[in-house]
Order: sequence, then C-alpha cells, then structure tokens
Amino acid sequence: MFSILQSLWLVFLHMFHKRETVQYPEQKNKLPTRWRGRIVLTRDPDMGERCVGCYLCAAACPVDCISLQATEDENGRRYPEFFRINFSRCIFCGYCEEACPTYAIQLIPDFEMGEYNRQNLVYEKSELLIDGPGKYPGYNYYKVAGLAIGGKGKGEAENEAPPIDVKSLIP
Amino acid sequence: MDDATINQLLIIVGVLAGLLIVAPGLIWLERRLLALWQDRYGPNRAGPFGLLIVLADTLKLFFKEDWTPPFSDRFVFTLAPGIVVVTVLMSFIVVPFAPGVIVADLNIGILFFMANSSLGAYSIILGGWASNNKYSLLGSMRGAAQMISYEVFMGLSMMGVVLLSGSFSMHTIVEAQKGMWFVIPQFLGFVTFFIAGIAETHRLPFDIPEAESELIAGFHSEYSGMKFGIFFVGEYLGIILISTVTVALYFGGWLGPSFLPPLVWFILKTFGFICFFILLRASLPRPRYDQLMEYGWKILLPLTLLNLVVTAGVVLLNRGI
Repeated sequence: MFSILQSLWLVFLHMFHKRETVQYPEQKNKLPTRWRGRIVLTRDPDMGERCVGCYLCAAACPVDCISLQATEDENGRRYPEFFRINFSRCIFCGYCEEACPTYAIQLIPDFEMGEYNRQNLVYEKSELLIDGPGKYPGYNYYKVAGLAIGGKGKGEAENEAPPIDVKSLIP
Repeated sequence: MDDATINQLLIIVGVLAGLLIVAPGLIWLERRLLALWQDRYGPNRAGPFGLLIVLADTLKLFFKEDWTPPFSDRFVFTLAPGIVVVTVLMSFIVVPFAPGVIVADLNIGILFFMANSSLGAYSIILGGWASNNKYSLLGSMRGAAQMISYEVFMGLSMMGVVLLSGSFSMHTIVEAQKGMWFVIPQFLGFVTFFIAGIAETHRLPFDIPEAESELIAGFHSEYSGMKFGIFFVGEYLGIILISTVTVALYFGGWLGPSFLPPLVWFILKTFGFICFFILLRASLPRPRYDQLMEYGWKILLPLTLLNLVVTAGVVLLNRGI
C-alpha cells in the first residue's frame, strides 16, 4: 500500500525533471567517431585511390551488398573499375572495414540516407569515393608496400631495403 | 417552445457535444501527460502543442479498413462498441455539472448511474464473444468477472454518501456537502469507490480485460478502424464519468469559493481526477488476475461493508435513536 503511494509520488515528481528527448530533425545527437554509418571509399594523402580491388570486403560482407571489378592503370596500380554498394541490403556491420588491407573502405558517422526510391540506395563509386583520407590521415598503402608500380621501383618504399641480387656473390 | 424547454435542450446538446469533444481530446492529454511523467515530450509536432494529433488520429481511424472477421458474429460484433458509448453517455444524464445544469435530476440518480455502468460490461462481454477469438474471449471473461466483482462494492461504497445525505439524487447529494465535502467523513468510501471506478472503466492498473502484454488487446483484438475508435471513446468517456461522479459524490461537485463560477469549479476538480487516472497509468503495474479478485473480495468488500456499518451507526447515533 505504502509502496503504491510512493511510486505514484515519485512518478509525479518526474513532472519537474528535464526531458530526455532529442528533438531529432532540429537537434542532432553527436555521434562518436567510430559510429558505423554510411560507407565511403577514401583516398591516400596524395589523392590516389586507396582501394586496390582485392575483393576482401565483398568476401567479408555477410549480406553480399558490395560488388566491384578490379582493374589496373598504366602504372600497374590496381583500382576498382566500378564499386557498388547496395545500401538497401547493407547492415552496417563494419566487416568490410575490418577486412580492408589498405584502409580504403570506412564507415563514417552519418545515417541520414533516406530515399523515396529504393533504387537510389545503390551507391556507385562516384557517390562512395571521397576526397580525403578518412580516419587514417597520412597512410599511403603504395608508399609502404613492397609492390613495384610506375614511379616507385622495388626497394623504394618507406622502411624498405633495396632488393638483394641473389645471383651475385659479393656480400 | 417555452424558455424552460429551450434551456433543457441547450443543456442536453451542450453536455453531449462537450463530452464528445473532450473525450478524443483526452487522447492527447493522456499522451502528453504520460510523456511528461516519463521525461519525454509526447506528440508535439502537429499544431500547437501537438493538439492536432487528435484530428490526425481520428482521420486515420476513419480511413483504416473497417474489417469484420468472417468468423465473427457480425451483428453482435458491430453492436458491441456502441453499447459502451451509449451506456456511459446515459450515465451522464444524472451528473450535476452546476446548479441547474443537469440533464435530468432523477430521484434515483445513483441507482441509474450504477445500472448504466453495469450495462457497460455487456460491451466487453459481447465484443469478446462475437470476435470468436480465444484472446478476445479470455479478455471478455476477465472483464466480466472484474466488473461484476468490483461493482458489488462500488454500489456499497456509495451507500455511505446516500446515508449521509439521505437522497439518491446527485443534485441533493452535492447540496448536502455545503458544510463539509463527503471525502472527509467518507474517506474509506471515497477510496474504495475510486478503486472500483478504475476497475469499472478497466483502466490501468486494472486493464486486465485488455492486458496488451498477455492478451494482445483483449476483448477488442479483432476490432479495427472506427469500431476500435469507439471502444476508445467509450473508455475515455468512462474516465470522465468516474471523475465527474467522484467529484459530485465526494468532492462537493460545483461547490467552491465564489471567485470562480460553479461550472468552472466542477470542471477543474474533474480535470484533476482525470489527471490522476493518467498518473495511475503512468506509475502502477498491472496486478495478476487472481490478485485482482483477491483484493476485490477479500479486502475491499469487507472494508466497504465496515464503512457502511460504521456510517449507518453514526447516522443513527446523531439522530438520537
């Protein structure tokens, strides 16, 4: 009996509490930087595409919403010919970001992707690719990888020793 | 037509229109107040303070498919929602809003109110039965049991007031409270009457016939569109009815300091009780079905009987046998 009256009183006191509601469209919550939202493709600091078309993101995707086709430019740099994410399937699990060896694919804190037409949720590379490095500034895959591409020969990467001529006997 | 007839007609139309306008408005009030007590905002987009949500809700209900299940008893199924509204509106006939502002000052006012609110149980029973659905039937069975057992001491709890004022007429009862509101000598009666009233309108915490978490929506699971809407209007009318009757029987009706007109006093007090109904909904959990029955028969009924006997004894003593 007493507890009933007490709970009535305590609920009544909530009248003078601050309201917790965030009035969404006018007032926005600050999302943490690790929040998994819209997917973007990033560029390295020299504005080259980071994506090397390895298909690991497409393989990791549990709902198969990523499709891409890798190709090579004249310098031997691999890049995706097309890169397509169907956001009407995407579950924003972030596995693609974890799978990506070059930090190219990233999930950013943005979720306002509503569309009236479902077809518009299929994002092409032109919509996905951003002009910046995203969460990893300064990282440039080709600068640290041992792969020789046009303009960077074998052994010219950062922290990479020049290649050893295995046929030579000179130490 | 003479003035008296026109006056009477005006009162009838005024009461009917007022109630039917206020009842949907309570949907808004309830949602806003629940939100207030749960640190939310509630509907605040459509119109000033979200008031137009009432209009939007009504329009939505009108345009929804009004589906009658093929396995239901069509006639009774359609009839059931009407019964609750009709019986509750009938009860308002005897409610005195202000001196002279009463549709009909019957000399059996309280009995009339009791009779009509009991008839309201048919709405639940028939609605659940005609739906031909096990959840609905369970809900209506619970509703019937609940209303019957709570009606017993609802009537008994009002008898204390009748003893003190010596009349069944609501108008006379309010007049009799000029010296002291009956809530003071009849506090036990007030508490039991109010609890019975909550059970009678099957509002939370006594919404056992509906019990969303157990029975989907109980007796109106199969209802949709405006039929469902009418059940809801009936429920809100029931809240207003119990509030007005409580005010009239225990809180001096329209009586109050004279800086406000009597009607305003009545409305203010009623509003307070409506808010209390909503506060109850916001704070109390639903008792189990057998607990409900136990409270009713083992605690509240003996209490009302005790109250009745003591009141009768005191009245007799005062008369000096």
